[in-house]
Amino acid sequence: MDSIVIHSLKKTYGKGQPPAVDIRGDLCISKGELFGIIGPDGAGKTTLFRMLATLVSPDSGTAVLEGYDVMADYRKIRTILGYMPGRFSLYSDLSVRENLEFFASVFGKDLESNYGLIENIYCRLKPFERRKAGKLSGGMKQKLALCCSLIHSPSILFLDEPTTGVDPSSRRELWENLAQLKASGMTIVVSTAYMDEACRCDRVGMMKSGRFLTVDSPERIISGFDRRLVSVKSDEMFRLLHDLRGIGDVDRCYTFGETHHLTLKPGSRMTVREIGSVLAGKYGHKGVSVAETDATLEDCYMNLEEKL
Amino acid sequence: MKEFFAFVKKEFLHIFRDTRTLLVLIGLPTVLIVLFGFAISTEIRNVNVGLFSADADDSVERLMRKIDQSEYFTYVGRFNTEEDVDEAMRRGVIDAAVMFGSGFSSALYSPEGAEVFIAADATNPNNASMEIMYLSGIIAEYFKDDISAIHAAGPQDGSVTASGMLQPNLHMLYNPQLKSSYNFVPGIMGLILMLICSLMTSVSIVREKESGSMEVLLVSPIRPINIVLAKMIPYFVIACVVLVNILLLTIFVLKVPIAGSFFWMILVSVIYIILSLGIGMLVSSLVRTQIIATLICGMIFLVPVMMFSGMLYPIESMPVALQWFAQIIPAKWFIEAIRKIMIEGVPVRYVTVEILIMTAMAVAVFTAAVIKFKDKLD
Repeated sequence: MDSIVIHSLKKTYGKGQPPAVDIRGDLCISKGELFGIIGPDGAGKTTLFRMLATLVSPDSGTAVLEGYDVMADYRKIRTILGYMPGRFSLYSDLSVRENLEFFASVFGKDLESNYGLIENIYCRLKPFERRKAGKLSGGMKQKLALCCSLIHSPSILFLDEPTTGVDPSSRRELWENLAQLKASGMTIVVSTAYMDEACRCDRVGMMKSGRFLTVDSPERIISGFDRRLVSVKSDEMFRLLHDLRGIGDVDRCYTFGETHHLTLKPGSRMTVREIGSVLAGKYGHKGVSVAETDATLEDCYMNLEEKL
Repeated sequence: MKEFFAFVKKEFLHIFRDTRTLLVLIGLPTVLIVLFGFAISTEIRNVNVGLFSADADDSVERLMRKIDQSEYFTYVGRFNTEEDVDEAMRRGVIDAAVMFGSGFSSALYSPEGAEVFIAADATNPNNASMEIMYLSGIIAEYFKDDISAIHAAGPQDGSVTASGMLQPNLHMLYNPQLKSSYNFVPGIMGLILMLICSLMTSVSIVREKESGSMEVLLVSPIRPINIVLAKMIPYFVIACVVLVNILLLTIFVLKVPIAGSFFWMILVSVIYIILSLGIGMLVSSLVRTQIIATLICGMIFLVPVMMFSGMLYPIESMPVALQWFAQIIPAKWFIEAIRKIMIEGVPVRYVTVEILIMTAMAVAVFTAAVIKFKDKLD
């Protein structure tokens, strides 16, 4: 059963600007799915969320959430939706508990009846209940924001970049929380700029310039990677990047963590050993190590971005 | 309703957590009232008066003692020549002088009457004219008593009575002592209530837009109109506290009596408070940042309130175009109504026009604000 159905959405801010979101074709997100949206800053993730959350009206196209149209039935949608914006949007001068109680009562609920849903997340906040929300750490703020968006047990949850500016262990906890919520049957759409997190999603949509480059499960996106991918290291990483781009068979080359990743042009027969000898011989690099490697989502994104 | 009260509670928490702003809101009116009441005063007080009299005359000395007794004047001393008076005026020893020519006393009882010269330092024309008015008042009263005493002593011929009694009879209605507090108390009320209601509500709504919490609120089922109404209630309460504060200070510290109906004065103030809240709401539905909201309320509302409400300058003496402009300033109607009820003490039917205009303005402003208020971000 589809929880969210998007039918070509378009939104442009200001005349003469390129559209912020320009989704062509249909996208269906089924009930209980954990859907990830990945893409760089300015890809249109926030605008897409705001259109789905009935905050911004699309210029054209429609979206239906749990059978309600985002334009016509936006009041209904607002009762079944949990939305956590990208930046901290709670009240800094209210305490943790006051924030939570306020958002519960805004939805006409009381804290106790829905406490079960947030118990796992809130237990970490409990010791700081009386602290002002503005004085919490980044990870704690996100936990509180998540609690506040869950307190009315929504059937759909939107999280706009929940892990930006959050330490790694809090990020891991957040994704564990999302997995638990998903298990309870909630439809979750989450955006992130971190590609490694997206692997935890059932499906991911890769966004660029307001469009989806691809929508599929992380495994299928990775298995669809159709190039040979090589990881290269040497003592002079900066010069190496420049030199690699000078090699004829190299299609793209980009920094990937501590190494450089390069894709070879289709049909290239150049071996790993040949690349190594060119680097050591022609360019005089020391400590060269070259190896073929498996693609990650990030490599897929780079590859797809090229095709757009 | 539960949602609504949760909202009101939250707004009160915001206000009470921000104690500094709260102190300013409550303290500012007190400071203004006290400042205008005592320090910044258009009344004259402790004016130094000198005397020059060609003859040594007992009744003149008695007059000067009487002048000295009034709270407005201090008798500095007697000068021997007119040049000395001039010199003292230049050096700032005296601000005004009373001068009697020779043969004053005998001329007083002659059919032609006697002449008194009053000189005042007119560098400040307002003060000078007030000094002269007060001085001539005291002098006229003094000699009236003096002459009546003579009348009582024995029969006189009619001509003396005629010249001695010929005096302008001035009446300062409603404010016999010409206290400036009678004028500015309604003005300060108009200013402060507008400030608290329009500025504070608009800033508090726009703050939610700026901090992003409006985004979360809009996605909730609560109706935007309730968000805005919930924001108004705390400021309504604060405005009422301030109103009571101003009135208490006015009555007990400045000793301005409430001449008219207390009930109607409060009612007119409440209408004005609601109107100001509506203006704040309208501003907040039009702008996105706190700084713009502050500028609009501060610059575009407060300055006209000061200039065109009749608080500082009489509207009747303005060019016609500005007089027309003054009609759309809510504070103008409020101040006029309060002046009528509080100072003149007229029955409420004489302020019906003001009450109706303010009510109409409130309805218009609220309608515009509700139409303009969007429950979406764009």
